[in-house]
Amino acid sequence: MVQLTLPKNSQMRTGKTWPKPEGAKNLRTFRIYRWNPDDGENPRVDTYFVDLDDCGPMVLDALIWIKSKVDPTLTFRRSCREGICGSCAMNIDGGNQLACIFGMDEVKGDVKVYPLPHMPVIKDLIPDLTHFYAQHASIQPWLETKSNTPAKEWRQSIEDREKLDGLYECVMCACCSTSCPSYWWNGDRYLGPASLLHAYRWIIDSRDEATGERLDDLHDPFKLYRCHTIMNCAKTCPKGLNPAKAIAEIKKMMVERVA
Amino acid sequence: MGYKTDYARVHGHGAAGEGVGHWWSQRLTSIALVPLTLLFIFPFGRALGNGYDAFVATYSNLWHALVAVLFIIAAFAHLMQGLQVVIEDYVTNKNARTALLIANTLACWALGVAGVLSVATVLFSA
Repeated sequence: MVQLTLPKNSQMRTGKTWPKPEGAKNLRTFRIYRWNPDDGENPRVDTYFVDLDDCGPMVLDALIWIKSKVDPTLTFRRSCREGICGSCAMNIDGGNQLACIFGMDEVKGDVKVYPLPHMPVIKDLIPDLTHFYAQHASIQPWLETKSNTPAKEWRQSIEDREKLDGLYECVMCACCSTSCPSYWWNGDRYLGPASLLHAYRWIIDSRDEATGERLDDLHDPFKLYRCHTIMNCAKTCPKGLNPAKAIAEIKKMMVERVA
Repeated sequence: MGYKTDYARVHGHGAAGEGVGHWWSQRLTSIALVPLTLLFIFPFGRALGNGYDAFVATYSNLWHALVAVLFIIAAFAHLMQGLQVVIEDYVTNKNARTALLIANTLACWALGVAGVLSVATVLFSA
């Protein structure tokens, strides 16, 4: 349900302002969402000052710098630091980004960092993605075949392989789904742009033999048709993909089946 | 709080096997409404404010009456489907959702049929 006000225990408070690093001349202010499930306190926004002369250019560099040099309790996910694992997805300056490939120079003024919107928070910048991953698993993101397995491999033409471009690159960072208002309001039933992009990736795979079953599974007013082409998904995708187009292609295939 | 597995939670009641008809007819009515709105609005606007006789003069014409009936059918069908989506999007309380969906369907049918009957009355009484 659309909620216009936050429940009392979710209302934001002004947090701690951490000391500026001594002798630093080139400072950048970070305002970062903090919430600890163990202390019973409301979420707060802490202020940190990062020494840019001692830190890399990306937002993730700054977060690691803060964790190493100022506040070891700051909690966030990160792994590959080059935009391929999708772990460090978070809301930076009002948009969902991968912190590792999003430069501080792309933000004017203070850098505001929040967890991905409208997801349960586990701690600080870490959202609970359990349901998101279960939705991805529900579209059966693997090759489904019924014919006898060929002796060597399932062959695919160059043209058919090209149809997967713009789809296979998705790293499941959840930036798109958590930017989608339809997913915010009905994320329990609407699969969201990421899972639907993956569904389409297998629907148009020339080697897959379960296209009909896959379309059957998506033929639902909530699973698929909550997409109202808002396009936040395409706007925010850190990999430059277009989940809205993939969803539109699925809708077209649904019409082709009946018309 | 409960111990339902993630798999059960995601699959819910399963796919309804419905949605393409609603989606497609909403597109059809929106396409139809582009010319119908333009054709409807000018004769209607001219009659507006000039009393019942002006409406009788306009809608005793078969062409204007036809446009008006098609416009009313397309507009109320589109309104009903559009409002249904809005209610499904924003109202999560199950009782409120069901009540609003029923009210929406009945109101749109009642208003649409009333509109068509009004035009028919003018057309056939003139």
